[in-house]
Amino acid sequence: MSKRRDMRGEALEAAAGNGLIDRRALLGGGAMIAGAIGVGLGSSAAAGAEPLTEEPWSLEFGDRTTPYQVPSKFEAKVVRTLSNPKHEMRNSHSRTPHHMLEGTTTPNGLHFTINHGGIPSIDPDKHKLVIHGLVKRPLEFTLETLSRYPMTTRAAFVECGGNSAPMFSPEPLQETVQALHGLASCAEWTGVKLSTLLEETGVDPRAKWLIAEGADSPRVSRSVPMKKALDDAMIVLYQNGERLMPGNGYPMRLLLPGYEGNMNVKFLRRLKLVEQPAFSMYESRTYAPILPSGKAYRFYFLQEVKSFITFPSHGHSLKGPGLYEISGIAYSGTGRIEKVMVSADGGQSWAQAALQGPVLSKAFTRFRLPWRWDGGPATLLSRAWDESGEVQPTRAEFIVARGQLEKPPPVLGFNNQHYNSITCWGVGSNGEVKHVYA
Amino acid sequence: MSTLKRAIFTASLCLAMTAGAASGETPNFGKPIDEASIAPWDISILPDGTGLPKGSGTPAQGAPIFAEKCSGCHGENGKGGEAAALVSDKELIGINAAQKTIRNFWPYSTTVFDFIRRAMPFQMPHTLADDEVYALTAYILAGNKLIGPNDTMDAQTLPKVKMPFRDNFILRFPDRI
Repeated sequence: MSKRRDMRGEALEAAAGNGLIDRRALLGGGAMIAGAIGVGLGSSAAAGAEPLTEEPWSLEFGDRTTPYQVPSKFEAKVVRTLSNPKHEMRNSHSRTPHHMLEGTTTPNGLHFTINHGGIPSIDPDKHKLVIHGLVKRPLEFTLETLSRYPMTTRAAFVECGGNSAPMFSPEPLQETVQALHGLASCAEWTGVKLSTLLEETGVDPRAKWLIAEGADSPRVSRSVPMKKALDDAMIVLYQNGERLMPGNGYPMRLLLPGYEGNMNVKFLRRLKLVEQPAFSMYESRTYAPILPSGKAYRFYFLQEVKSFITFPSHGHSLKGPGLYEISGIAYSGTGRIEKVMVSADGGQSWAQAALQGPVLSKAFTRFRLPWRWDGGPATLLSRAWDESGEVQPTRAEFIVARGQLEKPPPVLGFNNQHYNSITCWGVGSNGEVKHVYA
Repeated sequence: MSTLKRAIFTASLCLAMTAGAASGETPNFGKPIDEASIAPWDISILPDGTGLPKGSGTPAQGAPIFAEKCSGCHGENGKGGEAAALVSDKELIGINAAQKTIRNFWPYSTTVFDFIRRAMPFQMPHTLADDEVYALTAYILAGNKLIGPNDTMDAQTLPKVKMPFRDNFILRFPDRI
């Protein structure tokens, strides 16, 4: 491996082509790399800084403290994008701005939502959850009684089964990571294990499924195998330490870690144990992807292993050659992320990214890799592996198995489901980042 | 086994037993409720017809209801408008999900009844009587030539309607069911 010298003359080991640097440089030279993030140490870095002056905010009494604080006014652009901003009587989607966020926890105000009949305004004192059907004794729970149960806290991503649908386009749509992959978010959820409640109702051995249903006006409903219900399913009451956001299912939702978002029924009010699935509209039609063979998948459930680079990505502009840190998100519905490989030359050579710990099962994992951009064209991509041996498919592999559309779809469309292949960003000599296929 | 390892083993065994005892005891704060009291909320319908209510309807009875309450979004005769077409003879070509229709994709006719009853009309769901839901279901199925123009849909006849695409689905992960 060739060695290059950084600004301080320390050796940075090249890990792959087109400027990728060994991830261990992050550990050994963390401060050095961190100081260079997004700045780009070009020749201008050697110029001296101006003498320091005082700004008004350092001379005046500052703003008031509010009971519930909101982000700085200077961060006003860091918001979700809305598919239905006028609140017309149809579905509403809001997408997480991954290209403007870091870490692994999606702030509650920026968690993606999809609601089919608006957001119900549920009085938590009147909300009820009933569990019935093939149980020994049907039971009714209130928010108050559920709050007295032993709580479990875990991180989990939730991803819409239709997230990344624009990636089925035969040509790369020039859209941000928010538009392409914004229907996935990750939070720390707290609630009661569903298995605890099922222990109290008792389960008739004939029960193979449960039908989960919300209190929203279209009564969104999905069939869930008992296998999942008795495994890691939770009735969630809290999101990142506070009560669930209204758009995320207040006052309670089902959480099925790793399973498609729509199954994580919000505003949960009824669970009915049954012998056969209900074939609700969402499982019969919406989340049953059509295959190139003309057949269709049924009961896909899993959000499979996936990753995408969030910096740099479409909409970013690099300010000149030099040292940058590539940063992205990886996650899998089948366990912990084991490895993320990154390429800067369109997949010809790969370097292993550093994973920010703790790496948690079915949760976002942040990956990072130092990169020295030489100012020439670069094609950045990431590919993830999980602990169960699942690998994020290449685009070529994915298209063979799942096909692609004949022409570019509307970016807000859901023209197929469950895309988990690779996303590529092309960095031009001008520093602009485009969405490309490699 | 070393003394240390044995000590750790014994300690973890004790912990496991304590945890085991604790898990057998749950709070039991749920209030018992009988199925009759749940019935006003229980709108679940299974493909074999389980859960379908009493009542019936025909395509002819459904036509005026559709014109009044559905065509504003789904177009005249269900041919499509702002909302999806409900009556269509389009075949599936390629993988574009936008082509999915009741006739060329939905595996069970019971889902039509279920979705109308739980979610339609979009701006005022839960306002249709069961007879009206049967009539609208019959109207849509007849428009798609899945039943005859004079067929009556009820709890017995509806589950028997054979949907053409039913046998074309592949379980993605059979071991998860």
